[in-house]
Formats: sequence, structure tokens, C-alpha cells
Amino acid sequence: MTLISNLINGISLGSVYAIIALGYTMVYGIAKMLNFAQGDVIMVGAYISYICTTSLGVPALISILISMAVCTILGIMIEGLAYRPLRKASSLAVLITAIGVSYFLQNAALIIWGSTPRAFTSVVPFKSISLFDGQLTITPESLVTIAACVVIMVFLTLFTKKGKMGKAMRAVSEDKDAALLMGINTNRTISMTFAIGSALAAIAGVLLCSAYPVLIPTTGSMPGIKAFTAAVFGGIGSIPGAMIGGILLGIIEIFGRAYISTQLSDAIVFSVLIIVLLVKPTGLLGKKITEKV
Amino acid sequence: MDKMVPYPSGAIVPERDVDKRPVLETHHLGIDFGGLTAVDEFSLTVGKTEIAGLIGPNGAGKTTVFNLITNVYQPTRGTIMLNGKSTAGKNTSQVNRMGIARTFQNIRLFSNMSVLDNVKVGLHNSIKEGFFASVTHLLGYKKAEKIADARALELLDFFSMADLAEETAGSLPYGAQRRLEIVRALATNPSIILLDEPAAGMNPSETAELMENIRRIRDTFNIAVMLIEHDMNLVMNICEGICVLDHGKIIAKGTPDEIKSNPKVIEAYLGKKKEKEADGNA
Amino acid sequence: MSIASKYKGLSKYARTNIKTYGLVIILFAVLYPLSNAGLVSYSITGQLVPICTYIVMAISLNLTVGILGELSLGHAGFMSIGAFTGAILSASLQDKVGSDPVILLLAIIAGGILAGIAGCLIGIPVLRLSGDYLAIVTLAFGEIIKNIINCLYVGIDSKGLHINMKDAASLGMKGGRIILNGPQGAVGITKIASFTAGFILILFTLFIVINLIYSRSGRAITAIRDNRIAAESVGISITKYKLIAFITSAALAGMAGALYALNFSAVAAEKFNFNTSILILVFVVLGGMGNIFGTIIATALLYMLPELLRDVGDFRMLIYAILLIAVMLLTNSSKAKLILENAKLKLRSIFRKNNDGEVGSNG
Repeated sequence: MTLISNLINGISLGSVYAIIALGYTMVYGIAKMLNFAQGDVIMVGAYISYICTTSLGVPALISILISMAVCTILGIMIEGLAYRPLRKASSLAVLITAIGVSYFLQNAALIIWGSTPRAFTSVVPFKSISLFDGQLTITPESLVTIAACVVIMVFLTLFTKKGKMGKAMRAVSEDKDAALLMGINTNRTISMTFAIGSALAAIAGVLLCSAYPVLIPTTGSMPGIKAFTAAVFGGIGSIPGAMIGGILLGIIEIFGRAYISTQLSDAIVFSVLIIVLLVKPTGLLGKKITEKV
Repeated sequence: MDKMVPYPSGAIVPERDVDKRPVLETHHLGIDFGGLTAVDEFSLTVGKTEIAGLIGPNGAGKTTVFNLITNVYQPTRGTIMLNGKSTAGKNTSQVNRMGIARTFQNIRLFSNMSVLDNVKVGLHNSIKEGFFASVTHLLGYKKAEKIADARALELLDFFSMADLAEETAGSLPYGAQRRLEIVRALATNPSIILLDEPAAGMNPSETAELMENIRRIRDTFNIAVMLIEHDMNLVMNICEGICVLDHGKIIAKGTPDEIKSNPKVIEAYLGKKKEKEADGNA
Repeated sequence: MSIASKYKGLSKYARTNIKTYGLVIILFAVLYPLSNAGLVSYSITGQLVPICTYIVMAISLNLTVGILGELSLGHAGFMSIGAFTGAILSASLQDKVGSDPVILLLAIIAGGILAGIAGCLIGIPVLRLSGDYLAIVTLAFGEIIKNIINCLYVGIDSKGLHINMKDAASLGMKGGRIILNGPQGAVGITKIASFTAGFILILFTLFIVINLIYSRSGRAITAIRDNRIAAESVGISITKYKLIAFITSAALAGMAGALYALNFSAVAAEKFNFNTSILILVFVVLGGMGNIFGTIIATALLYMLPELLRDVGDFRMLIYAILLIAVMLLTNSSKAKLILENAKLKLRSIFRKNNDGEVGSNG
């Protein structure tokens, strides 16, 4: 029974990673940049939802929508102010700028909300489900998280395959200049990608804090790094890859914690990542890139 | 010309033991890219001081052949023999050390480094300077660098580029960059040098100079030259043997005169045009 | 000949040497007597050794990022290995070797060797990757090191070293003392690091790195960065030279780590996390890729910046972040570049006009 319960917890944690990783992977696919601030957008999303529910008395579901809206605007602003001027700069310059943005968000949060940990109240209003005479307890948060992840995955797949904007995104990620020549507004497409990524981060933030209810300005850092790892694990740039990478990473983490060592769980996660990359240098579903000579 | 050390150079280039075999042989060489055959049944021999030409329409697979010979791509089929030794399983860098040097269609210089340093990178494997000499600048560092500088300048001077030694490679004019790439390749002390479209983007007088230089390379260094070129005047003038490639397969081999009058070659070059016209009419 | 024109006539190697060694020696010559005389505020004196170690870290990272051209996000991992090696070694030698400088020297060497070995072990499989994939693996490596050291317990008693990964109690020691106490890190360190040692370590690092850049190995490494395919085509072994750069960089980071640890009474593994790796990367990027002189200045300035901003309290890291973004935008955006370029041209034309005017009036 503990095996099943661990598995469910793993998939649930992995679903959070997957949702964040989707944001990473979409932004990477289109802007070819590692948006290190993604993890901190999660934290902002969680804080917004927290403030809405505790201070303003807004219902949980609406607080999520508000949080998504705020994060979307935040994402578009970050992209427009910090990343757009660097479209032609070296990738390292963009990376450092992203780190700057990450510091900025963390410290702004520190000033606004302080360093005292906030106890996040779960947004899921259901009770835990008890099966097999209490041998197996499933938290509603994990079910909702998994469900949300599936819904988001389906939505994103349909969006990029069918929608006009989605097609534009794929075109920009293939070849930015050719897309521009075909009359696609690349700047708007990239903005849109950041908007989606940030909205996803908001959802991830709320779900993460519902399951692990401690909220501080650096809450997003580690999940951000893990999700980034998950995106690379699955093959960065690939939407199903981010999904699989995230869920596998969550399962490995929970299993490592349960069966090997609580303290070494991070080391286990990262070791698996290294091994996967050595065997498959572009991640599980990543495309092999051959350099033209 | 008294600065030029005649081959074999006393400085670095060792006297090479070349027997009577051809320098380069390929047997039934072929490569597939995801089910698509790019080159097939490519068998060719290049004599030890031959100037050989590889021609063919765009997309015929000429550069792919160079990439196969230098093991940038591992061949799907066939063998490559250099001086009688197989290059199978070697990587590009090892193949170079065995004696194949090349230039690239789109120039690949170390553009942030000086012209002299570019050549010294080419001399890498003939400079006797270990890691500890490198980090301490002692233990034979001075002597090794002195020999390398002298040899690099000598090679540059061969192409009248010694005065450009301190320039940044990326800032050179196009023609000089192409020449520098050849110098760098020669610095690796090869048995055969592969030139990928050496005359691309050159004006007629530069091309004439290049032709002269290619002959001088062969005569001075006593090595084979194999080149891909679209300038038929150049190819017909300096190549002793020509191989024509179309759709990844050899359609003709022979002397310039034989190639000129080969109907298959004419078809490969001119037949395309008829097809296109036919398409247009349809 | 004037000194300026003589300087310009020198080789690039000689100029780099004069510039960087000169800078370091002048800084030391100014700061050393000042700090000894107590004329520098305590907050700065306390930062002298850390600044030295961060300069060494940044120069060594510049070897990987700037000269080799591969992004590493786990440089603090090597620092960590050096730090804890140094701490353990110095604790074990405390009673056996009388002289502190000798212990410090041995600790630094041991830290360098162990970090170098780690660099080799991680580098052999990993350097086949490149770009973002290499970056993520180095990040993962840094986190693994941190995680493992967090679970490591080391103690020393009359029987020698005891190592364990469970807790301090299961070390099974009779008396003695604990050196490494899990998440608390190394405890009870005798502070033997000094500003002079830091200064010497910087000089050593400069010697190794600058010499390496201007040598056969350095040319090979730079060639790989500039054009890997061309480097391969002239017979350079890519793996070998990537590894040389990576191991050298790791070993120097390990030395810096040892010096760093021996400057505090306690150091936790958490100190050498991802953020520290990033911090060092920021120094390198702002100092200029492959630019050793710039790296030293950027490290010194940026390390002191939060100290200088101490008056603004909570806002200091926020201002730091804004400055970082602003500097990146100003130095890298194409628009800003255009504006700077135009301003330069304008200044030059004004300057030229003035000169012409003078010539005219003289004539």
C-alpha cells in the first residue's frame, strides 16, 4: 500500500514539476533561452493567491484566476523589459539577465511580504480519501494536481497543433527569421509564450503550496531548478518531454526519499539526470541535432 | 625565397616514408542519412602527388565525400585507406594526424585569434610542448614556441602572408581568409590536402594566383591535393584526374580531356536545365 | 620612447601580465598596510580573504566559460570539495604540524588535488555534452556534492579519522572532536587563512591561467571554443583539451575553497550552493569572457557592492538585482550599443573639430 501511496505522491509532485517544466520548455523552444526567473514567478503566483484568500477573502478558485492574470502580466513585462532588448545578444548575457530578474523577484517579494514563512491554506476544498480501511490515504491535492496537469497537457498540445497562435509558435521555434518573413509577428509570439509559461507557473505555485504549505520568497527556487532539470531530462523544447520528465523526476524523488535516503533525495534525482543525459545526450524525447559542416 | 625551407624541412616536417602506393583509396564508400542515400559506391584512388578534382552539380554530395574521408561523418559502408592504413573507427582529429588535412566551404577560421596563432594551432601536433611547459612557460616552452613561430612564418611567407601575422584572422579580407585556411591545413603536415571550393568568391586574378599556389603546394610539399570546385577553368587547368559526382554516385572518372567529352557529364550538367524547362512547360 | 608607446609595443602576453599582476600587487600594497593599521572598517577587513577566494574562483571559472567556452553552473561544487578537504586536513594536522602557514599550504594543495580529481571524474563522461546540456549537468553535479556533504559526518580522535553518513553519534569516537557535522558543515575550524595567503593564491592562479592561455595548450583550448570542427580538422583532441581546461579550473577552485573554509570557524555545505555558482558566473560575465583583468575588477567591485549598499538595508539586494539587469541591458542590447556608438562618434567629431580649430589658429 505504501508503494501505491508513494507512487501517487510521486506523480503528484511530478505533475507540479511538469507544469513548471512546460513553461521552461516552451520558452526555451521559442526564445532559445533558459528563463531562470520561472521559479520565482511560481512564488509570486503563490503569494498572490495567498493574499487574495487570506486578506481579501476571495474564494480559492477566483484567487487562482487572479494569480494567473497577475503572473501573465508579470511574464509579459519581464519579457518586454528585460529579454526583448537582448534578442540578438549572446545566450549567456540573456542567462545572466534572467538571473538578475530572479534576484529581483525574490528580493521584491522579501520587501513586500517579508521573510516570515506564511502557512498556505490549500485551495482544494475536499477531504482526504481513505481506502482499504485507512491503509491508503490519498490527499485531494495530489488528485487535483494530477488532473490539472493532464488538462494543461491536453490543452497545450491542442493549442500548439491546431490554433493559429500555436502554429505561429512552432514556426518561430523552427526558424525565427523565416517566420518573420512569412509575416508572423515574432515579438508578439514570444510574448504570448511567456504569458502562457507564467500563467502555468501561477497554477504550479498554487498547487505546490497547497501540497507543501510553506511560503517564503525563495519557495520557487528549488522547484524551479528541479523543473528545469525535468525539462532537460525529457528533452528541452519538447512538450511531451517536459511532461514525462517532470513526472519521472517527481516519482524518483519521492521513491528515493522513501526507500533510499531522505537527505540524499536531491542527489539521487540529479544523479539519475546525469546518467540519462550521458546515455541520451539530448534528453528522453529531445531531437538529435547534427551540426552542418 | 631563401627564407623558405625546402621540403623536407629541417625544422619540424619529418621526412615521410612514402611507398609506391596511392596516398588515398576509397572502396565502395557510402552513407545514408535516415534511409536517404547521400553517397554510394564511391571508389577512388588518389596518387601520392596527384592534383585531383571532384566536381558535380549542386547537391551531388561532394562535401559529404570530404566529410566521409575526414570521418566527420562515419561511413555507413565501405573503407578508406590512407597510405595503406584504414581510417575506420578513427575520429576527425586522429584522421588528421594520420595525414589528411582540409579546408571548408564556409570558412572556418579561429576568427578571434591572430593569423600567426591560427597557423600555430595547425602546427599543434608538431610542437613539443607539454602541459607543464604550457602553464609554467619553462621546461622547453621558449624553444618550442620559437620553432613554431619560425615555421608558421615560413608557411605564411609561402603564401606572401607573413606581413599579416599579427592581424586578427576574422578581420582579413575574404581571399586572405581562404589562403589562411590552406596554410593552417598545410601546417598539420598532411599527405593529402582536401580543398572545398577554394576559389569560391574569388575574382579571376585571385583565381589565377590560387591555381599557381595549388601547383606550388604539390611541388614544394610533395603531397596530393584533392579539390571540390565549380570553376571549370580552374579544374580543367590544374587537375590531373577528375571525378564527377551526381546524385551521390560517380558518373565519370578520367583526365580533363576525357571528362570534357563524356556525354554523361554533359548530361549531368546540362540535362538538368532541359528537365527544368520541361517542368516549366508542363 | 615614451612608456606608453613602449607598453604598446609589447606582446599581448606581456601586456596582460603587467596589467593583471600590477593591479593585484597595487591593491595588496594599498590594502595590506591599511588593514593592519586598522584604517579600514571592520566590515571590509573581514571581507579581504573572501574577496581573494572569489577572485580565484572567478578567474578559474573564466577558464571554463570564457576560454573554453562551456557554461558551468556548478563551480561552487569544486570550491566545496576544496573547502571540506582543507578543513578536514587542517584539523587532522593541527596537533602534528606546528606551523600554521605549512598547514594552510598543505590544505590548499590537498583541496586543489581533490577538486581536480573530482573535475576529472565528472569531466570524462560529461564533457561530451555541450551547451545547455553541459550546463545542467554541472548544476546537477554541484547539487549532488552539496547534498552528500550535508549528510557527511567526520570526526577525529586518537585512533584517527572516523567517517559516517548517518549521524554524529554513530561515529563511535572515544573523546576526540567532530570536524564535519552533517548539515552544520565543518565546525571548530582554526582560522589560519590570511590576506597575504589570499594574495599569493591569486598570484599563483594568475600565473597558471595566463601562462596557459598563451601556450600550445591554451591555443588548442581557444581553438575548440572558436570553432570546434576546425580544431578537430587540424588534429586537436577535443576531449583532451576540454578536460585539461576543466580540471585546471576545478583544481584552482578547490584551492580557493580550502582558503575560504580556513578563514571561518564554521562553514556549511549550503554555502556552496547553486546561488554561489551563479554569483561567480555573474562576476565572470560582467568582467568579460576570457578577460582576466576585467574579472578581477568585476569580482572586487561586485563583491563589495552589497557591503557598500548596506545603508539601504533590505533594498540592497533589490538594487543589486536592478543594477545587474541594467548593466546587462546596457552592454548587450543592440539598441544601447547603437546609442553608445553614436555618442562615441559624436564625441570624436567634436574633439576633432576642436583640434582642427587649434591648428587653424596656430597657422
